[in-house]
Amino acid sequence: MKLWQVAKLIRSKNAGPFELTFDVILKDRATYEKMRDAKVINAEWFARTYRLKPEVVAIINYDAANAIKVTIPRPTISGDIDDNDVFGGQQYGPLVDLEVP
Amino acid sequence: MIRVLSATGMLGSGFREETLKRAMALRPDFIGADSGSTDPGPYYLGSGDAQFSDSTYKRDLRLMLRAARAAKIPVLVGSACTAGIDAQLARLVGIARDIAREDKLQFKLATIASEQDKGYLKRKLKEGRITPLANAPRFDEDVIERSAHIVGLCGIEPYIEALEHGAEVIIAGRSSDTSIFAALPVMRGCNPATAWHMAKIMECGAACVVQRKYPDCMVATLADDHFVVEPPNPEYRCDPVSVASHNLYENSTPYELIEPSGVLSTVDARYEALSDRAVRVSGSSFRKSERYTIKLEGAELAGYQSIIVGSVRDPVILRQFDSWLAGLETAVKDRIRAVFGDVEYKFHTRVFGKNAAMGPLEPETAIGHELGLLFQVTAQTQELATALMKSVGHMAVHYPVPEWSGLITSIAYPYSPAEIARGASYRFNMNHVVEPASPLEMFRIDYESVR
Repeated sequence: MKLWQVAKLIRSKNAGPFELTFDVILKDRATYEKMRDAKVINAEWFARTYRLKPEVVAIINYDAANAIKVTIPRPTISGDIDDNDVFGGQQYGPLVDLEVP
Repeated sequence: MIRVLSATGMLGSGFREETLKRAMALRPDFIGADSGSTDPGPYYLGSGDAQFSDSTYKRDLRLMLRAARAAKIPVLVGSACTAGIDAQLARLVGIARDIAREDKLQFKLATIASEQDKGYLKRKLKEGRITPLANAPRFDEDVIERSAHIVGLCGIEPYIEALEHGAEVIIAGRSSDTSIFAALPVMRGCNPATAWHMAKIMECGAACVVQRKYPDCMVATLADDHFVVEPPNPEYRCDPVSVASHNLYENSTPYELIEPSGVLSTVDARYEALSDRAVRVSGSSFRKSERYTIKLEGAELAGYQSIIVGSVRDPVILRQFDSWLAGLETAVKDRIRAVFGDVEYKFHTRVFGKNAAMGPLEPETAIGHELGLLFQVTAQTQELATALMKSVGHMAVHYPVPEWSGLITSIAYPYSPAEIARGASYRFNMNHVVEPASPLEMFRIDYESVR
């Protein structure tokens, strides 16, 4: 099973020009609890994929919305000359096909 | 009880006239709208241009002003024309004056200017009263000096000051999004936790509905210990998850919202369905901060750019694309050195179909039957950027591969001329907060009778 098959929304977005944030909203409470408890979305995977130190990856479980949020330092400042994605909106691609239990 | 009407998530992005009418029938206490964001990048703060055209701002603001003047309620607009610098504030105020003249409206207008004086910031820096937020770049006097514009995000206090002076329409420069909506409820004595949480949900207009198909109005009704959100558009509905989810949006954590005067915590918030389209929110807390802080935003010139768009279709080139591009980039640099000497510039290639969205972080390696190329030169003047790009364009379009003998044309350019002058490019250069002596110190409030 892939993450997109159990999520109702996977997105990325700037949290200001210096941070990038990912939201994974799961289909329902049971799926959310399963994903949360299995820690499929974890700092090590993010650190590897986005080439960061695991300690700068913040993973936040948000029960009220059946969501897992991840915030990382932005790889480049939004809109700087080497930035590829001013809104940060297309950085979640690798998450979509993440293998989940 | 206080009723809040958010016209739209972003002034200029629109809302339905019919929805505004329905919302006005609920007799709101004021109409608010945010007009700014850092989302579209540093260009708007650097250049003073706006994300939308004057005609779209005018359309939205006209409907809001007409409705509000008829109902005798205030209108609060924050972060004028995207970045909220003084010129953008003046631009939106000009639009408001035009509307008043054309529609024969009269009102007392307050403007809140948010652009910051460089001398003031240098003094604050010397006093140790400017501190970094997460992942902030290096900050010193030179950064202040280099900035094209610097704004402070005002809190609720300048809005309250203006309302207490009888302002009927308030247009602010850069503002915290939520302050636009929290100001009047806090002024009227509402519990700040309820006011700030409501403001966070309302600042994006209809973004907190289950399925937002187009931008539209939103209404919240506040009591002291809770608020209720219910979309005035009958096609929309909210549920507890859609409202709670909005705390996630463009925020580094859904549990905290940092404002100039304190921090909203939603850890203990409860979201309950009152019907199949209304949600009751309660349980948040607001902790007053020891220091009152104003967030700064600044942008400086990064350079002038010229770009070329093209594509490659030849399977022979695509099979050795990485080495072909590396050779091309070296040849381009050699050519520039030969013609222009040791001139300062940056050359950058974006490859669509390979890693244009994620750059070096892209884990996928497969490519398809064609690739898109975007060459980008950044230099200190537009003339130089364009001159360099003309050389790049000619060098690149004929760059060879060993398999073909004779002159080839290896890139398809859709335009003549191939190069496009992109103008000035800016860079966000600070992520810091200042401690002012008072919440009003950094913001100038002016009043005028508009008729």
